[in-house]
Amino acid sequence: MTTTQERSVPKPVFTDAEAGAREFPDSNARKFNYFVSAKRKQSHYEDVTVEVQPDPRHYLAQGWLYGFSDGKGGYPLEWTVLKAWGTDRPEPVRGPGSGGQGYEWPAHGWHEFRDPNEEWELTLYRYNANVVRQLNQNIEAAKRAKAFEQWSSNWVQFVAQHIGAWMHVNHGLGLYLFANANRRAPTNMHNNAISVNSMHKIRSAQDLALYNLTLSEEIDGFDGTAHVEAWNSDPVWQGVREVAEQLTGIDDWCEAIFAANIVFEPLIGELFRSNLVQQAAPGNGDFVTPTLIGAEEYDYAERDLRYTKPMFQLLIDDREFAEHNRRHLEQWLAAWVPRCLNAARTLQPLWSLPDAKPPRFEDALDRSKNRFSGILSDMDLRVPKELDQ
Amino acid sequence: MSRQSVAKAHQKIQELSWEPAYHEPVSHYGTDYTFRKAKKKDPLKQVLRSYFPMQEEKDHRVYGAEDGAIRGNMFRQVQERWLEWQKLFLSIIPLPEISAARAMPLLFRTVPNPELHNGQAIQMIDEVRHSTIQQNLKRLYMQNYIDPAGFNSSLRNFQNDYCGTIGRQFAEGFITGDAITAASIYLTIVAETAFTNTLFVAMPAEAAANGDYLLPTVFHSVQSDESRHISNGYATLLMALSDESNHQLLARDLRYAWWNNHRVVDAAIGTFIEYGTKDRRKDRESYAEMWRRWIYDDYYRSYLVPLEKYGLEIPHDLIEESWNQIWHKGYVHEVAQFFATGWLANYWRIDPMTDEDFEWFEHKYPGWYNKYGKWWENYNRLSVPNGHNPIALEDVDYVYPHRCWTCMVPCLVREDMVVDKVDGQWRTYCHEACRWTDAEAFRPTYQGRSTPNMGQLIGSREWETLYHGWNWADIVSDMGFVRDDGKTLVAQPHLDLDPKKMWTLDHLRRCPPLQSPNVVLNEMTDEERAAFQADYNRQGPAGRPAGSVS
Repeated sequence: MTTTQERSVPKPVFTDAEAGAREFPDSNARKFNYFVSAKRKQSHYEDVTVEVQPDPRHYLAQGWLYGFSDGKGGYPLEWTVLKAWGTDRPEPVRGPGSGGQGYEWPAHGWHEFRDPNEEWELTLYRYNANVVRQLNQNIEAAKRAKAFEQWSSNWVQFVAQHIGAWMHVNHGLGLYLFANANRRAPTNMHNNAISVNSMHKIRSAQDLALYNLTLSEEIDGFDGTAHVEAWNSDPVWQGVREVAEQLTGIDDWCEAIFAANIVFEPLIGELFRSNLVQQAAPGNGDFVTPTLIGAEEYDYAERDLRYTKPMFQLLIDDREFAEHNRRHLEQWLAAWVPRCLNAARTLQPLWSLPDAKPPRFEDALDRSKNRFSGILSDMDLRVPKELDQ
Repeated sequence: MSRQSVAKAHQKIQELSWEPAYHEPVSHYGTDYTFRKAKKKDPLKQVLRSYFPMQEEKDHRVYGAEDGAIRGNMFRQVQERWLEWQKLFLSIIPLPEISAARAMPLLFRTVPNPELHNGQAIQMIDEVRHSTIQQNLKRLYMQNYIDPAGFNSSLRNFQNDYCGTIGRQFAEGFITGDAITAASIYLTIVAETAFTNTLFVAMPAEAAANGDYLLPTVFHSVQSDESRHISNGYATLLMALSDESNHQLLARDLRYAWWNNHRVVDAAIGTFIEYGTKDRRKDRESYAEMWRRWIYDDYYRSYLVPLEKYGLEIPHDLIEESWNQIWHKGYVHEVAQFFATGWLANYWRIDPMTDEDFEWFEHKYPGWYNKYGKWWENYNRLSVPNGHNPIALEDVDYVYPHRCWTCMVPCLVREDMVVDKVDGQWRTYCHEACRWTDAEAFRPTYQGRSTPNMGQLIGSREWETLYHGWNWADIVSDMGFVRDDGKTLVAQPHLDLDPKKMWTLDHLRRCPPLQSPNVVLNEMTDEERAAFQADYNRQGPAGRPAGSVS
């Protein structure tokens, strides 16, 4: 007869520790009680986002604990010149017997921002996984349909050189502007939205790079390195490259986000994507590239611009610093609009390269300018005179 | 994608980076390390085309398990002793996670290797995942566990409680100071490579033993991302090692990062695992046993030691001393005892230990009862209000400790406590290594070498200072640790939810005021301070005279 030795495992125990098992103080207090929701009901997004990044002006009683070499810790509000109400109030001073109370939550207006996309991990992975899955399917379907055989050699070259060159813009801004800015803003709501924006950019850069790899394998004579040459030395791209590099050099995180998403994207990004590639590709027999470019366009128009506008709208309408903020934003517009317009104009030769021509460059630029003016109008910002140049 | 296509895809995305031709990217963060440009490979070859669907699939599993736990009434089997400590842990951990995301840009300009930047950007968004998935778990606990108090006020509590503050340095250490010290050595080389083993693997295993299978579900999913982050750190470390001028700084930073992680993580996780469990099977591993396996063998001997031949100066003495603290000096037991002593300033309930617990501790840590048993019996005796004060204010042969200025855990191993006058203030430190961190490492000059990018320890680092001279009822009200009847404390030194057995502000009102040990220290004469230190260093467990039993 064999005996079985009892395995050593934890034993389940009935504890009755589920909600509602007893009545006592706080037994029904099942909402986070340390912030005021933007709408009547606290959203799931707010619950997982608000207050994760602390603030010495309200609850952070002992202040920041580690500083840079200049003694500044945490997320200094002066990392941008823009101000939200309450910004100028000093941090509470602590000492023997001071207590730990700060200003009443939220203490300043930065904490009022909510990402309208309500991005957190569940949403960002769902969204981006759907995008890459769909793009893979589109490309697979095109391969099976021998779709690339329809392309003229001229269009093959255009895709290799110029659509390929665009990946560098996305990569550079995604890493060195947006990812960099995720360390800079004073609340978790800002920084999470910015980090998701960063991933859109880096993903779309990789989408284009891997598409380029597929085309190298599918199309005889497709030069998979032509995009590097175009980006490095083709005069058509040097204006865009210069302004993209200049964007990554901005010190002020608000200026960086504003210049990229409010000025650069409509005047250059949408000009290239919606008013060149999307218009030219169908006439040249290409139904695949527009699906990649369209995904990127959706990233910007329906996600990244969608959070950027309310982020700055709060500052434009700020109860204490509206004029201050408006002045700086208009200065930024005056600086970045001419830079972006100059860069946009250097792209003009691209409009004449495809066999089947897209609508004229000037019409395309007008559409981009109108789009840009519309964004400013939505935000109640004056259209800068520099747009007319 | 096949393995081959992953390799090709990863190779392809290396074409994305470019050298600036017109303008340099902004350089916000400094380092005293020097890096030569080197073709260091991103070891994990992750591309977003496969990354996003992979993470989505992991999410499906996590959220499916969460739905299942609710439908299956998991909370009918969850040990309250365990879940209460999660009020502390889950109030702390989302900030270190999101801070790790924020830390990645510190490396972009300081580590000149675009291939690594790709891995760092993926780590950034991984950390956003971790922070929000953990917040979501806490939300689920708040909604479904019997006592939501402490979960519902979590992120306010964490910001003003002394335990939260101890944990917070784990986050702030990632994002400030010298970029390499913070985002590479402290974060990836030590915190992630060494201590996530106990944080995200050992602790969830204990959760499962206490009826909670959601913590393992979430944290094992988190840990599956950590291998990428460990690789990021390793690649940066090898680049740093290739320049001999960095060796002195690496030695400094490894000492600081190791010791601080040991002080903070072992204090918290050791307490959760040893004092938050109801699983007292004699053959289940103790924290010390886990530590020996996960950290000493797997990290120290298998990961760090092989790097010695490349010139890495390893703090063997501090690693051995950490083990000594855990095994011989009762570090975890002292911390747990202190947390329980200070229950009234917290936002969770701490269950008294029982005879079964005593037996287990004595089995795992021979001699435990003589050091701590009597005190825990007193804790049990004084747990329900009955005309007496909370245990911290009763005579139970316990000396309230001074706080370490650096790690902010109190100076609990009394013989190791050091006093020094730094920046014009008398400060106590739990150990010479913590004094060195404040007085020597975090300075603009280190061993005669200019280190202008090194960070500073800042802030009001002794919690008691803020409430010096305050009545305890006012302290707890000020922190907001009061339930919705306006008087019952969130914290309790027992698990009984009968309102008649719960402590209220009225019970605290009659207690004597709090005295800040640091304020008192700075009011002493030189002679008084020397006598104080000599007496403190003579103390044994719980502050009793060395050699005495509890």
